[in-house]
Amino acid sequence: MLKVTNLHASVDGKEILKGITLEVKPGEVHAIMGPNGSGKSTLSNVIAGRDGYEVTAGSVEYLGKDLLELEAEERACEGIFLAFQYPVEIPGVSNMAMLKAAMNSIRKYHGQDEIKAGDFLKLIRQKADLVEMKHEFLKRAVNEGFSGGEKKRNEILQMAMLEPKLALLDETDSGLDIDALKIVSHGVNALRSPERSMVLVTHYQRLLDYIVPDYVHVLANGQIVKSGDKSLALELEAKGYSWIEGIDDNQTTAAQAS
Amino acid sequence: MSAPLVDEKNKDLKELVKREYKEGFVTDIESDTFEPGLDEDVIRRISAKKEEPEFMLEYRLKAFRRWLKMPEPDWAHIDYPKIDFQAIAYFSAPKEMPQLDSLDQVDPKLLETYAKLGIPLEEQKMMNNVAVDAVFDSVSVRTTFRETLSKAGVIFMPISEALQECPELVKQYLGSVVPTQDNYYAALNAAVFSDGSFVYIPKGVRCPMELSTYFRINEMNTGQFERTLIIAEEGSYVSYLEGCTAPQRDENQLHAAVVELVAHKDAEIKYSTVQNWYPGDENGKGGIYNFVTKRGLCKGDNSKISWTQVETGSAITWKYPSCVLQGDNSVGEFYSVALTHNKQQADTGTKMIHMGKNTSSTIISKGISAGHGHNTYRGLVKILKGADNARNFSQCDSLLMGDRCGAHTFPYMEVQNPSANLEHEATTSKISEDQLFYLKQRGLGEEAAVSMIVNGFCKDVFRELPMEFAVEAQKLLEVSLEGAVG
Ligand SMILES: Nc1ncnc2c1ncn2[C@@H]1O[C@H](COP(=O)(O)OP(=O)(O)O)[C@@H](O)[C@H]1O
Ligand SMILES: [Mg+2]
Repeated sequence: MLKVTNLHASVDGKEILKGITLEVKPGEVHAIMGPNGSGKSTLSNVIAGRDGYEVTAGSVEYLGKDLLELEAEERACEGIFLAFQYPVEIPGVSNMAMLKAAMNSIRKYHGQDEIKAGDFLKLIRQKADLVEMKHEFLKRAVNEGFSGGEKKRNEILQMAMLEPKLALLDETDSGLDIDALKIVSHGVNALRSPERSMVLVTHYQRLLDYIVPDYVHVLANGQIVKSGDKSLALELEAKGYSWIEGIDDNQTTAAQAS
Repeated sequence: MSAPLVDEKNKDLKELVKREYKEGFVTDIESDTFEPGLDEDVIRRISAKKEEPEFMLEYRLKAFRRWLKMPEPDWAHIDYPKIDFQAIAYFSAPKEMPQLDSLDQVDPKLLETYAKLGIPLEEQKMMNNVAVDAVFDSVSVRTTFRETLSKAGVIFMPISEALQECPELVKQYLGSVVPTQDNYYAALNAAVFSDGSFVYIPKGVRCPMELSTYFRINEMNTGQFERTLIIAEEGSYVSYLEGCTAPQRDENQLHAAVVELVAHKDAEIKYSTVQNWYPGDENGKGGIYNFVTKRGLCKGDNSKISWTQVETGSAITWKYPSCVLQGDNSVGEFYSVALTHNKQQADTGTKMIHMGKNTSSTIISKGISAGHGHNTYRGLVKILKGADNARNFSQCDSLLMGDRCGAHTFPYMEVQNPSANLEHEATTSKISEDQLFYLKQRGLGEEAAVSMIVNGFCKDVFRELPMEFAVEAQKLLEVSLEGAVG
């Protein structure tokens, strides 16, 4: 599904990703953990095609295609979805209108007709129920005036609607209380399937109690310094990041502070 | 935000979608056009052509003599070469004057013109429930749905015709809201106007359909000076829409209209404009100079007037639709989207004059500037001594696209009554890179993402438009903004 090889990327001439290699097969769930500032969001953004990052070396292959050749919207249409760490507000544009336009844009990309209004309404109500979102939120402007938890649930709703092949979830768990965490996890688990891969970016192992990953990677200072199965997350929880070689004290402090 | 967005790929995209002004065609039709120039004789000839009653000629001549003494205004925040009023022709009509009752007698080329603009004049093909008066250069070519309207007692006809059929009504109200000496362009209009729409809604009648006028300037070097007069008698309601287009020409053309609205006790008038005059090319060559005086008088108690406008065209727009809130409890509203792109300049806003007790007004103004466009909001809220408990809410938002455009906001308030309650909010924003990436990540292309954000910005105004026109307005913004990012 996704093959990242020796990926180096910089922002404003400053190297952030320093040689990342990662392979995600269909149906797999990978967790990427690491202290603040280690480059987790940068990795998600580069995969999703955000402007402003320069890839200086390495490659990203997605379903056999050179992903770095595609525009952000093309990547989205090819089935990549990013749940944002900080979801963005779009004043005056209803959640529903945005999702309908997004859905139809993706369908058009694949040569399909627009979704019928009735079908869309049925689908979005069903998915809203999945993340326990009140239907009135569908008519409200995208993320405007939403609480932190509501924004995160809205991201999962969008993911459920767009049915991506590869979902990147950037700290979807942060800022959620335990009930909200359960709801979000339930939503994510409902979308797990043998054809759909997921990359969970998280700071805490807590999320992984609810969404059990196949692999766990530790990202530090722009590199994956350790990989393992879900037991690695538990070990991290017990011993802290400083236990792993290659993470200096500064980063540990940052991690604990947040 | 220009830097991260202007990469090579985007440039290709922009070239691809850059469309020309779609309404920019010229209709090749034989017309009877006066030679350029303006003097009393020209005015007499206009009046004679229209076989006007004597009072009308006197009205025009009086206005003309006043106009000669008035200085041309230059206080607006806009910049343009001086207009040579002697180089303009003041009357132009298609040679084959159509009989207004029968489509068979309308020149097919005219019908074609309106069909091209998406305005079929055959009633069975019309948008549901919209009556249209089509004004081509200086004359009205066709008013639809006359019969249905007259059954309801509604008069909707060209003003030239109203001067024949109900001259007393016209005489009573013409100039009662915008007097001839009001301003330079209003005086000019009073002297030379050739046509426009006249609407009369009798007491207690809710007009059974939307009324709409489409203005089209076709002839070269012709000015368009239309005059619209709408009277809503006690307890009546009418929703009226005007649309405007013009061919693409290298020369600037002058459009100086006057619109007067009178709402009696408990009456409501909703006046919507979708203005898409030719804006000039990207270097600022050509385009319409749009100098318009629009004013509504809430004459009776509990009356209401709302202006909704979407302004995307014209090289220069100078326009302040206003409400005079004379009746107690009367309500004035102004909802505006003004877009300037390339070298367009817009100086627009509103005046709300509170005279009666418990009067209230709302102003929602959304300015979008792209390219080298300059957008100025100029608003006046005036609370007179007798206006106890007057309320106003004003919100002026500007959206900038790129860093070569500008937005200016000048809210003026004159309060002579201490019980007044005025609120003013203003914001200036840019389309953020975060918003664009968010929408692109959901599968929307750059242009679609921009247009979605802009539509969201304008939503408070669009939802005031009649349904069909809200869709039209959105499309218009989309086309006007193509290539605007970066
Ligand atoms: N746009 C940017 N400009 C400059 N530095 C950036 C930018 N984005 C991220 N960085 C830096 O890159 C590093 C990694 O950031 P990020 O990927 O957000 O980390 P994480 O998500 O793991 O907390 C940090 O040191 C951050 O300051
Ligand atoms: Mg992050």
